[in-house]
Amino acid sequence: MADETKGSDQPAPPKPSEGAAAASEKPAAPPAATPPAAKPAVPAPPPKPAGPVPLPWESEMVTRLRQRFGSGLQPFTYLGQNYVIADPSIVAQMLQELRDEEQFDYCVDVTAVHYPKREKQFDVVWVLYSFPRNQRVRVKTMIAEAESAPSATALWESANWLEREVFDMFGLRFDGHPDLRRILLPDGWKGHPLRKDYGIIQQDQEWVQINLGIESGQ
Amino acid sequence: MQSFLEYLKSNVTPGQAGDPLWALIYILIIFGGVSLVVMSMNWLERKALAHMQVRLGPMRVGPHGLLQPIADAIKLFIKEDIIPEGADKLVFWLAPVVIVIAAFTVYIVVPFGPTHAVTDMNIGLLFMLGVASLATLGVIMAGWASNSHYPLLGSLRSSAQMVSYEIAMGMAVVSAVLMTSFAGGSGFLGEIYGTGGANPAGGTLSMIGIVRAQEAQHIWFVFKFFPLGLIAFFVFAVAMVAETNRTPFDLPEAESELTAGFHTEYSGLRWSLFMLGEYAAMVAVSSIAVTLWLGGWLRPFSSWHGPVITLDSYWQGGAVDFVFSLFPALLFFFLALVGFLGVVRMPKHPLFRVQTWGLAAFALVLGGIGVVLLAPPVRDRVQDIFWFTAKVAVFMYLYIWYRGTFPRYRFDQLMRLGWKFMIPTGIAVLIATALVGVLA
Amino acid sequence: MSESTTRTDPILAFEEKKDPTFLDATELVLNMGPQHPSTHGVLRVILKLDGEKVLGTECVIGYLHRGVEKIAEHRTYAMFNPYVDRMDYVAAVSNGLGYCEAVEKLLNVEAPPRAQYIRVILTELNRIASHQLWLGTHALDIGAMTPLFYTFRDREEVLKIFERYCGARLTTHSFRIGGCQYETYEGFEQDVKKFCDFFEPKIDEYEQLLTTNRIWVQRTKGVGILSGPDCKALGVTGPVLRASGVKWDLRKAQPYAAYKDFEFEIPTGQNGDTYDRYLVRVAEMRQSLRIIRQAVEGIPEGAIMAKIPKVLKPPVGEIYHSIEAPKGELGYFVVSDGSTQPYRVRVRPPSFVNLQALNKMVIGGLVADVVAVIGTLDIVLGEVDR
Repeated sequence: MADETKGSDQPAPPKPSEGAAAASEKPAAPPAATPPAAKPAVPAPPPKPAGPVPLPWESEMVTRLRQRFGSGLQPFTYLGQNYVIADPSIVAQMLQELRDEEQFDYCVDVTAVHYPKREKQFDVVWVLYSFPRNQRVRVKTMIAEAESAPSATALWESANWLEREVFDMFGLRFDGHPDLRRILLPDGWKGHPLRKDYGIIQQDQEWVQINLGIESGQ
Repeated sequence: MQSFLEYLKSNVTPGQAGDPLWALIYILIIFGGVSLVVMSMNWLERKALAHMQVRLGPMRVGPHGLLQPIADAIKLFIKEDIIPEGADKLVFWLAPVVIVIAAFTVYIVVPFGPTHAVTDMNIGLLFMLGVASLATLGVIMAGWASNSHYPLLGSLRSSAQMVSYEIAMGMAVVSAVLMTSFAGGSGFLGEIYGTGGANPAGGTLSMIGIVRAQEAQHIWFVFKFFPLGLIAFFVFAVAMVAETNRTPFDLPEAESELTAGFHTEYSGLRWSLFMLGEYAAMVAVSSIAVTLWLGGWLRPFSSWHGPVITLDSYWQGGAVDFVFSLFPALLFFFLALVGFLGVVRMPKHPLFRVQTWGLAAFALVLGGIGVVLLAPPVRDRVQDIFWFTAKVAVFMYLYIWYRGTFPRYRFDQLMRLGWKFMIPTGIAVLIATALVGVLA
Repeated sequence: MSESTTRTDPILAFEEKKDPTFLDATELVLNMGPQHPSTHGVLRVILKLDGEKVLGTECVIGYLHRGVEKIAEHRTYAMFNPYVDRMDYVAAVSNGLGYCEAVEKLLNVEAPPRAQYIRVILTELNRIASHQLWLGTHALDIGAMTPLFYTFRDREEVLKIFERYCGARLTTHSFRIGGCQYETYEGFEQDVKKFCDFFEPKIDEYEQLLTTNRIWVQRTKGVGILSGPDCKALGVTGPVLRASGVKWDLRKAQPYAAYKDFEFEIPTGQNGDTYDRYLVRVAEMRQSLRIIRQAVEGIPEGAIMAKIPKVLKPPVGEIYHSIEAPKGELGYFVVSDGSTQPYRVRVRPPSFVNLQALNKMVIGGLVADVVAVIGTLDIVLGEVDR
C-alpha cells in the first residue's frame, strides 16, 4: 500500500528490502527537521536506489482520525513530512475535523496535480498548518475528471482564491465555493493550462482574434 | 517723455494719479514680472526638490538646468491640443481662462512699495481675497467640462478644500486688519502690546495702508500682541498652502492618488495655464501674508536708523539704513559668486564648453545687476521692491520645502483640520486681538 | 472538459447597457486600472464607492501571468532555477533559496554549512533591499516623495554586493541546488560589514522622516486594520501577520538554512494597522542587520556545494517546503516522478494570498486608504500572477 501512492505510470516500485534498507538509513521521524544527508556519497549503488519511500505515519492525531473515519484515510510520512490520503467521500468532514478538533487553523495552500494515465486523474492537495502545534499536514484526495472536490472556503477564507486558481488551471470544480471563476486567465479563456494535455507552445488564437481584433491570431 | 520722467519722480500710484497709460505700463511690468517669477519658480522647485531628495534635478538644458523652464514652455506650446469627446467645449476653454484671470487680477493692488502698485484701492485686501476666490469657480468648471469622473471628483474635492480654507484665511486676515486701527506704543514692550490710542488714519483695508500702519507702529504685525499676531500668521500660512492646493494639501492633484485632479484632461498650453495660475496664486497669497504680517516692503528694523553718516555724494543718512541699502547688491554679488563657483566646478570637457561659458555669462549678468544696484538712484528706488520680493521668495522656498518633506493629508483629515482646527483658532485669535486692543 | 465562465465586468456592463441609473445611484463603480502610478505592478482593483467610502472591492489579477508552473514541467530542476527569481523579482534571492531547499529536501541532501551561511547572508541582505523598496514606494503613495530617493540610494549598496557576488543586481540566480556555485569574492566579508555599519544610521534617518511625522501617523494609524484571527483565517503571513500581534516567523518556527545558529527577535505590532506594519518592517530591517553581522562573524570554512549527481533525478515523491520570504510564507510544492524534470512545481506565493485580505481591510474606509493598504500589503505582481 505504501507503494501505490504515486500511481501506475511511475517506474517500478522499489523492492521491499531496498525500501527497508533505505528507510533504515533515515529514521522517518514525525514533524520537523530534514534528515541528515547520508545518501549521496554512496559509490556505485545497486541498481536504481529508489531512495526513501513513504512510510506509514502513526501519531495520536492519526489514531483519532482513524477512529472517526475508519479506513477512508491512509496516513504516510515521507522525508519528514506527513500527509494523509483521504477518500473523496470523507475529505470534507476530515478537513472540518482537522480545523475544529486538531487546531489546524491556517490553510497554507490548495493545489492539484494531474495524472492523465490514472483513472482518478486529479490529486487535490490541501496543505494545512497549525499555529498552536507548529505542525504541517497535507491532505490529498484523488478525484476523476467529472467529479468535484469539496470547497474549504467555509473553513478557511484563504482557500477562496487558491481554489479559484485550481479551477482556472485544472478545471476542477469545488462544491460550495461562493464565486468559482477564473482568476489568472482572462474570463473567456478556453482550456485549462496546467493539465498535461494542454500544450506548452499552444496559443489561444481565438481570444486574440476576438478581443484584440488581430486576424492571424498572433 | 516728460511725463514719463515726472512719473518716475512722483509719489502716487497710477491709480491715484488717474493715468491709464502709466497704469498699463505698470500692469505690463507686473505681468512680465510674475511670468518671470513663475518660470524661475519652476526651475527652483525642480532643483531644490531634487537636492532635498539626494538627486540633481535638471542639469542638461542650459548650465544646471537654467534653461529648463524655456524648454518646458516650448514643449507645452507645441503639444497637440486634445479636447475630450463629449466635453463641454465652451466651459472647457473657459476654465483655465478664469483661473488665470483670477490669479493675475489680484496683482493690481499688491504693494511692492509705498507708491509701487498699480492702484491703491481703499478696499484692496477685500478685493484680493474676493478675486482670488474666483479661482474656485475655474476649478469646478474644469472638472465639470472634462466629462470624466476622475476630474469631476478631483475638482469637487479641490473646490471644497479651497472654500473651507478661505474662511480660515478670512479670520486671520481680519485680525491683522484690526491691528491697523491703533497708533502704536513706544519702547520694546509698548511696541508689541501697546495700542497708543486710535490710528489717526483709521483702520484700513488698503494694502498700502496696512504696511504704513506697521511702519507707523514700528512693528511688524507678526510680533504685535505676541503671540496673537504669530498665531494669526500661522493660521494664514497654513490656510494659504491649502488654498493653492500644494503639499501637504495636494490630494486633489496628486498623481499617485486615485483621481489625478481637475486638470487631467488638459494638455499642452491649456495645462500650462493651470500651472501658471497655480504659481501666480501662490505668489499672490504669499504677498498677502507678507503685507499683512511681515511688514510688506519694510526692511527689518525699519524704525532704527542709526547715526547719520555721509559718504560724499554717495550716501547721506542713517548708518543702519546704509547697511541695509546695500543688501540687494550684495545678494546679487552672492548669486554671481555662486554662479562663478559653479563655473569653476563644471567638468573640464570640450562638450561642456558651451555650458561653462553660458554659466559664466549668466553669473556676469548677475554681477552686473549687482553693480547697477549700487548706483544711488537705482539703489534708493529699488529698496522697497527688493525687501518685498525677498520676503515673498522666502515663502516660495517654504512651499518647496513643504513639498519635499510632508506626506499628503487624506481628504477627510484635511477638511477636519480646516473646519475643526483652523477656523476655531482663527476666530479665537480674532476675538483675542480685539479684546487686547480694547483693553490695552 | 474545459469551460469558460464569463462574468460581467461592471465597467463594461455599463458601457454595453448604458444603464441610465449608473450615475444616479449612491454607488459609484470606479476602476483603478492595471496601469496606475500607484498600484505596484499591473493590478486592477474595481471599487464600489459611496462618495468617498468604499463599499466593496474586487481585484482582477492575472495581467502578469506567465505560466511559470507550466514551464517548470518542461525544464530540468536546475534549468528551472533562474525562473523562480522572476516571480518575486524584488526579493529574488529568497525565491531561489526556497526552490533550492525544496529540491534539496527532495533529493535528501543538505547544503554544507558554509553554503548555508552564505545563503543566509544574501537572503537577509535581500530582505533589507526588499523592505527598502517597499518603504520608498509606500511613502510615495502616501505622498512623501523624499524617502523613496533615500531608500533607493541606500539600496544601491546592497545591489552592488549582489553584483560583485553573482553578477546580477535584481534577478540574481544566486544559489544552486546543493549549495552555492560561487565562492564569496575577495573582500566579501568587509563589504558586508561595511554595509551593516553604513546602513544602521540610515534606518534611523528613515524613521526620523516618518515615524513621528504627524501627517504620516494620521494617514496610517487605524487604516486597514486586520485582526490576528482574521489573518490566520485568510492565510496572511509575513509582516502583516506579525503586525496583527501574532508572533510567528518561519525562521524561528521551522528553521531552515542556518537560522538556528543566529539570535534575533521577531518584531510584532499590536493593532494590525498600517502604522504597525510600517514599524514591523523597519524593525525587521534592523533584525536582518543583526543576523547578517552574526553570520559574517561566523562563516565556517568548507565546501560550498554538496555532492549531488550531475543529472538530478530526485526519487519519486512530493514535498512541500516553505521559507519566510520578505513578503510572507513562500512555499514550494514539488512533485517528482523520478525523471530529470519535475512533474509539478507549485509555488505558494505570499502576495497572492495576502492580496485576498484587501477586501476585508478597506471596506468602510476611504478611497485614499485603498492606495495606502495596497502599499502596506507589499505585493509584487510577479508573484501574485506567476
